[in-house]
Amino acid sequence: MSTSQHAASSNMPTLTNGSGEAAILSAGVGSFALAVLAIAADKSAHIAGSLIFYKPTGPLSGVTTTAILIWLFTSGILEWRWRNKTVPAGRINAAALILLGLSFLLTFPPIADFL
Amino acid sequence: MEITARGLWTVIHGMGFGALYLLACSGALVELYRFTTSSAPSEFTAGQERFLKSYLITMVVLAWAAVLIGAYVIYPWYRAARPPGTVDLSMFPQRLLMSSPTTIGWHSLGMEWKEHVAWFAPISISMVAFVFIRYGRDLRNHRQLRIAVLYFAVASFAAAGIAGFFGAMITKNAPVHGGHTIQLSQGEEK
Repeated sequence: MSTSQHAASSNMPTLTNGSGEAAILSAGVGSFALAVLAIAADKSAHIAGSLIFYKPTGPLSGVTTTAILIWLFTSGILEWRWRNKTVPAGRINAAALILLGLSFLLTFPPIADFL
Repeated sequence: MEITARGLWTVIHGMGFGALYLLACSGALVELYRFTTSSAPSEFTAGQERFLKSYLITMVVLAWAAVLIGAYVIYPWYRAARPPGTVDLSMFPQRLLMSSPTTIGWHSLGMEWKEHVAWFAPISISMVAFVFIRYGRDLRNHRQLRIAVLYFAVASFAAAGIAGFFGAMITKNAPVHGGHTIQLSQGEEK
């Protein structure tokens, strides 16, 4: 058995949780950014106009492209900062899941219209 | 038997990538749940780990293909502007839905939610796949990571389910038509 196989089969983590938590939190941030941008485009004609990256698709093209860029940028920054660190997983997971839950709610039209 | 080019794209988007993604979700959720709920998950063999990674990568491809085709191929046909004076709205699904109080909700609630919520599916499953590929069997030593990954996988399934449901209902009420006709088979006289 190689060293890495031995380590993987033991109960000692071979990797810190930083990289995984960076991915989890950035997914929450990206989803939330999409929801916020969708509401912004819905409420403001000026913002909607500035988010038309591809005319046939309209503001949806800018909303989603910008959100994906925010997600990837956040992921890159957090990965760079946390890659070799052990971070408080409970708090980060809670924040990521709250952001994801809010994203579902904020994109739900009756709630978005209420804001 | 024939289908229009736009109809074919709708089938590829919804019944191809979308439905296949939902089916794949059920398998991934079972495996992730099994892996997550035990405090000491059973040993994953290298072969099982490779399979699950390939499975998740396939899901990522399916999810992104579904939303990108939906947003950049089909959605423009759905929201196409009606030329002034047009009476027949069959080529303008959004306008057709909005023309009647009995169908307007499929646009104002259904499409308005679907066009945004669908994107949570590829974002979430991409994260799930990344974490699995990065950690592999070492994930069994990170219980908190495993649980968060499971929640995001469930969210991905829910997002795809919402988008799929409204997509099917919108297509039922105002299908996307047009483009050249593709002959699938020749009918025979009875």
